[in-house]
Amino acid sequence: MSSARSNPINTAAMHGALIIYTLIALFPVFVILINSFKTRKKIFREPLALPDADSFSLVGYQTVMKQGDFFLYFQNSFIVTVGSLTLILLFGAMAAFALSEYRFRGNMLMGLYLALGIMIPIRIGTVAILEMMVSTGLVNTLWALILVYTAQGLPLAVFILSEFMRQVSDDLKNAGRIDGLSEFTIFFKLVLPLVRPALATVAVFNMIPIWNDLWFPLILAPAEETKTLTLGSQVFIGQFVTDWNAVLSALSMAILPVLILYVIFSRQLIRGITSGAVK
Amino acid sequence: MQKPRIRWHIALFLAPAVLIYTSVMIFPLFNTLRLALFQEVDQERVYVGLENFRTLFFDPIWSEQFWNALGNNFWFFLVHMLVQNPIGIALAALLSHPRLRFAALYRSAIFIPTILSFVIVGFAWKLILSPIWGIAPSMLDAVGLKSLFAPWLGKEEYALTTLALISVWQFVGIPMMLIYAALLSIPEEMLEAGEIDGVTGMAAFWKIKLPLILPSIGIISILTFVGNFNAFDLIYASQGALAGPDFSTDILGTFMYRTFFGFQLQLGDPHMGSAIAGAMFAIILVGVCLYLFGIQTRMRRYQL
Repeated sequence: MSSARSNPINTAAMHGALIIYTLIALFPVFVILINSFKTRKKIFREPLALPDADSFSLVGYQTVMKQGDFFLYFQNSFIVTVGSLTLILLFGAMAAFALSEYRFRGNMLMGLYLALGIMIPIRIGTVAILEMMVSTGLVNTLWALILVYTAQGLPLAVFILSEFMRQVSDDLKNAGRIDGLSEFTIFFKLVLPLVRPALATVAVFNMIPIWNDLWFPLILAPAEETKTLTLGSQVFIGQFVTDWNAVLSALSMAILPVLILYVIFSRQLIRGITSGAVK
Repeated sequence: MQKPRIRWHIALFLAPAVLIYTSVMIFPLFNTLRLALFQEVDQERVYVGLENFRTLFFDPIWSEQFWNALGNNFWFFLVHMLVQNPIGIALAALLSHPRLRFAALYRSAIFIPTILSFVIVGFAWKLILSPIWGIAPSMLDAVGLKSLFAPWLGKEEYALTTLALISVWQFVGIPMMLIYAALLSIPEEMLEAGEIDGVTGMAAFWKIKLPLILPSIGIISILTFVGNFNAFDLIYASQGALAGPDFSTDILGTFMYRTFFGFQLQLGDPHMGSAIAGAMFAIILVGVCLYLFGIQTRMRRYQL
């Protein structure tokens, strides 16, 4: 290691390897984005060239805007993601508080029960979930998705948040109790603000899988008015397979929101993963 | 605090999470396993015991598809273990190098594919590998390897491996990040002690760091296992529910979807779908138990 620290050849080799892999990681995204702004002819003739005055075209985006209701899809995805995250954080934090703060009979058992869902994918229960959503009339509503994602996200949220809540000082909570605060005030006013970083970590972990999920939108809410962006782009692209301008533009429009979210939250996400929250 | 009266607030704090978790996750899970024991006869639900599983494993029409999907799924998993995790570990080892400049930039860039949806990834690669567009052949041509090009996604013998590699490309960021975190947590003194004994460079990685990150490698292995055995989206997005060509990319997730939802002329069969879900559940459970009791307990001694 010390030899590598001072050896410029080694450093160059490391950068070389990382740059090559970074290019591999970004190349497909880059190709999709640049070609979405080009005319059909140029897409095929010079797929790797940047769009210029001659080849620039928005015809794909016009088709997407005209044919697909991407604004609605986006709105649905947004509602589902924000709704699920809110419920995961609120209910997850409440349960984590109960488990980490109070000693009661069955505490360990309850913790284990809630942790079961960390390893078992919720998709296994799809058949019965669909049956339940049909019988309760929730099928083809955004609520079906919100409930499923909340159930899916809760186990890990409870696990991570209770780890963090154990670190909140007892003196602070007891001081609150002496001042006559109720347990609910202590939770909402004293504890929740102190675990904000952990809440952010949980939110970021859950956000991307929820936004990107294709399975549950496809099965529980395939109606036109409840399509999420992921399902909407899947269906749209399926229909417009031969219209390369439209397909590339639809892909770009699906990439952009996630990319923006990532730029905003990447520091939080990476800090969350590297702080050992998922040990 | 330790009063004998019932502390209602505890129940109130637990109630919403436990209710949603139980009713939307645990209950349907067991209900699905229960449904696997029934069959629809004349629009009525009839208890048939393990008949569905017998059909699934031994009736030639079903078993051929089932074993095909299971075999494909194992291959899918194996490619991830042999390609994704070593690359992830190697990248993490490079990134964790002290005084490496731009480490944060590389890290963020390499993680980008992981945040994209399967739909985007599936179609983007489909376009890039498409012989119609010709990006892949012309790039191979540039390095003189054009003869190697084949429409990989359209050939039975390559399609599954190609999709597995696309999935590797997408998810390499996760092992990279987890191993990176583990490498950062190794105390500097330990590495310095190694340096004094003359263990440096690659030797330091193999002899000191690798044994210390084994628990993290265990975690990424089980995450890969669970993730791969309920995978569905990428195959569905790029090859459709029929997992073509000729079912060569069919895995348990797509097989379950097709069975339970039906496709083309075949009607959906929720009971057979449940049986497949039951098989997936058993496989994942065995994997998780093997990890928890076989691997994790043995690894403890390496932990710091």
